Amino acid sequence: MPPTLLLSLSPGLALAGAAAALVLGRWPAAARMAGSLGGLLAALVGLAVALPVLLGAPTYGATLYQPTPFLTAGLRLDSLSAWFVLLLSVVTFAVLLAGIGYARAHDGHGGPRLVAITNVFLAAMLLVLVADGAFGFLLAWELMAVASYLLVVHEHEQAAVRRAGFVYLVMTHLGTAFLLVAFLLLRGAAGAWDFAAWRAAASSLDPYLRDAAFLLALIGCSTKAGVIPLHVWLPRAHPVAPSHVSALMSGVMLKVGLYALVRLGWDVLGGGPPWWGELVLVLGLVSAVLGVLYALMEHDLKRLLAFHSIENVGIVLIGVGTAMVLNAMAQPAGAALALAAGLFHALNHALFKALLFLGAGAVQQATGTRDLEELGGLVRRMPQTAALFLVGSLAIAALPPFNGFASEWLTFQGLLALGQAGGPGFGLAAVAAAGGLALTGALAAACFAKAFGVAFLALPRSEAAAQASESPLTLRAGMALLALACLALGVAPGVATTLLAGPTQALAGASPGPGPVWTLASSSAGAAPAVLLGVTLLAASVALLAARLRGGPFAGRLTPTWACGFALRPEMQYGSTAFAKPIRLFFRAILRPERSVEADYALAPFFPARWRTRGGVSPVFERRIYGPVMRGLLGAAAIARTLQSGSVRLYLAYILATLVLLLVLAR
Amino acid sequence: MTVSMDLGAAALQTLLVLLAAPALQGWIKLVKARWQGRQGPPVLQAYADLWKLLCKETLLPEPSSWIFRWAPWLVLGATVAATTLVPWVTPHGPLAAGDVVAIAGLLALARFAQALGALDTGSAFGGMGASREMAIAALVEPALLSATFALALAAGSTDPGSIAAATLSAGWGSLGPAHLLALGALLVVAIAETGRIPVDNPDTHLELTMVHEGMLLESSGRLLAALQMAALTKQVLVLGLVGALALPWGLGAPLPLAATALVLKLLALGALLGSIESLYAKLRILRLPDLLGTAFALGGLSVLAQTVFGA
Repeated sequence: MPPTLLLSLSPGLALAGAAAALVLGRWPAAARMAGSLGGLLAALVGLAVALPVLLGAPTYGATLYQPTPFLTAGLRLDSLSAWFVLLLSVVTFAVLLAGIGYARAHDGHGGPRLVAITNVFLAAMLLVLVADGAFGFLLAWELMAVASYLLVVHEHEQAAVRRAGFVYLVMTHLGTAFLLVAFLLLRGAAGAWDFAAWRAAASSLDPYLRDAAFLLALIGCSTKAGVIPLHVWLPRAHPVAPSHVSALMSGVMLKVGLYALVRLGWDVLGGGPPWWGELVLVLGLVSAVLGVLYALMEHDLKRLLAFHSIENVGIVLIGVGTAMVLNAMAQPAGAALALAAGLFHALNHALFKALLFLGAGAVQQATGTRDLEELGGLVRRMPQTAALFLVGSLAIAALPPFNGFASEWLTFQGLLALGQAGGPGFGLAAVAAAGGLALTGALAAACFAKAFGVAFLALPRSEAAAQASESPLTLRAGMALLALACLALGVAPGVATTLLAGPTQALAGASPGPGPVWTLASSSAGAAPAVLLGVTLLAASVALLAARLRGGPFAGRLTPTWACGFALRPEMQYGSTAFAKPIRLFFRAILRPERSVEADYALAPFFPARWRTRGGVSPVFERRIYGPVMRGLLGAAAIARTLQSGSVRLYLAYILATLVLLLVLAR
Repeated sequence: MTVSMDLGAAALQTLLVLLAAPALQGWIKLVKARWQGRQGPPVLQAYADLWKLLCKETLLPEPSSWIFRWAPWLVLGATVAATTLVPWVTPHGPLAAGDVVAIAGLLALARFAQALGALDTGSAFGGMGASREMAIAALVEPALLSATFALALAAGSTDPGSIAAATLSAGWGSLGPAHLLALGALLVVAIAETGRIPVDNPDTHLELTMVHEGMLLESSGRLLAALQMAALTKQVLVLGLVGALALPWGLGAPLPLAATALVLKLLALGALLGSIESLYAKLRILRLPDLLGTAFALGGLSVLAQTVFGA
């Protein structure tokens, strides 16, 4: 099959699904089926195209469209693209499968439009990943932005949704603007639009120009990936989108931003001096730690997950940044290990975050709320959803034997290599980064003990939670696929490191090496999660058996929970805000919690009749960075408005003055 | 042949460690009793307590689900699995299937399961214990990893056996400031991980200062026995790990000598924990970041000391 056809088949199928969904718009159920089928086939084809390249088949590319000699839109699938196409295909397949059941609720409510735009979004993301040249890349990038905006504002009847969509639209275009300037700089220096020409020109580029291009591209890609401080759109946009769309946006679209960063910063621009990697590493650490801290403060389940996306993007950047530093210092083995860690974590996050967003969607559909403080006890009403959400929680908390642990283990090994790369500065940086990564992991565990514990365990906190029922079958099937993948990649991490041999070889010049499938290995240490799982289960069963041989009746007797002599009521349980309180206080210097108490006193100051507390953390970034910038912009606009009097003669005078000025300046 | 011998050795070693865990608790209690001028319970009391719990009826709180019934076994299983990764008598144990990161991961898994089990009861005490346990863990894990990394950088590996072997091969010269700073950090971590004063109080069920005991409040019978055994196992594991990382002398020596060294190390570290517990007051929970932040900083200082004084 010719490469052009093969590469465009997957996006083509997605677009065909979109067209079918629109044509069948009158019959929502049929439109949903046709659109989903197109997307599912696109995912399968994507998998079939990407896997051979990762297993060693040659890279291939093709020119798709060439209107003029200097403007080409080419497609190319190398091992880096293939890794992300694999990620996209696997996650999309599971999410669309789940979406068949989930989107039924939208059937009478712009359902066909939702399905069609989801497919366009999918096609756009695929095209970004295989675009070989600035022209096609930007076109697909913008299509992805617009399609995702339309998905975010699907429920545009609500003002909050429109507002979130607006913030997203502004931020994403801001990012694109930076990317565009970087592209124009590189086009000017290389004299062509395709990546191959840029790659060839990068080594002879003026270092300042190269640095500038990198920084601009970094800002552009970081905005899309949700790196702090460019993350403000993310906790707004993800919660308001339909849940399977949130799963795609968080699971896949953020990864497209990370792909763009690796593609442009490393592949095209050559990785640059060590400070490029150091900058990425610091951004990653800040995003990881702050992301998880803010996540802990949330009690809206989907906002909590959105902040965790920021955290995990940070963890990926820790791996990628470490790899870039080691690459710049000519240490291919360490660089390959750290890059493999980052790329592996990108896949892992896509898997478990899609799983968790689908779980959150299931909860929202069953109870009508995303507020943790109104949930509880769902493990009885939705046992299978609860078990699947638990798998996602264990994976995102980086607990063995799930996939999050595997990639974080590799990241730690990458940091160890970083610590040994040079002088004391590197050692100190490695210790600090390892501490930061450990902090992130422990806080994530705390956050998901909270999320799962409050939403699914003990007594329901509202009537809706008490009456919830199990989610649709296809939704659970999609979640089960993702959960299985999380476990499989956790106990057999060798599968991922083997597939990553291609991208790491291409970028770092070495590969983490095809070790045994069941083990994680660096040059000096190893871990075998499968063995650990086996020992854990063996020890647990032996203990259980021993307990069974000894002692009284095995089944326990049900008794009321001790509540200091009262009958236990739901509001006596620890809720989300209470659970996070120690952490809110430990990290108060960063989180800046706010609390206001209003009391009406029957007899001041000892006997309040009514008591209202309001609490939260102050939105530091909005207040300190975005607020002043926005006020500055509005102020500048107000000043500029004085130029506009509305008089045509004055405008003619402006034109004349400009002309004279230009003649003088550019003689 | 060698595989089955290794498996046999691993099983035997694990069994011995598990058998020793309650005795270590008895030893620490004895040290505390001496500080307080009491006779104290018999050293072997913990075995009797576990036996008694196994014989008792298990009560389940009404709001709880399968999570509450299965969590204790997972807590115990993960903790036991972590003990197989610690170098007890040889640098590379019979079943070395992981490094310090894996040990931290398994302990985190056990902690997560225990927190969920506590939240599943609906009790405010369980929630409070779980909340505090997870928050303190967020301070302990960075300290553990930074101290380990300080040692790992010198050894070039996160494998505890390799770290110990590197220290041993450097001889007495390795006992420099860098090593002592890392040891200090690890001792603070050991106090926090074993749930002892000044971080947590293992003796109280009643005060609102409790952390670990708060999570156990609704457990009874064999579920409580599993959780108690897990806590005892974790205690011997943490002391064994500190011993192997920071005081590796005796590892790899002929077996009787290595075993004697191990017992002496455990007794000494246990006596240290018991003495600190007797001589200090519990810290307010809000002061804990200071203590554990110090441990984290000691890890960083250890790296600096490595470059100033040599590893």
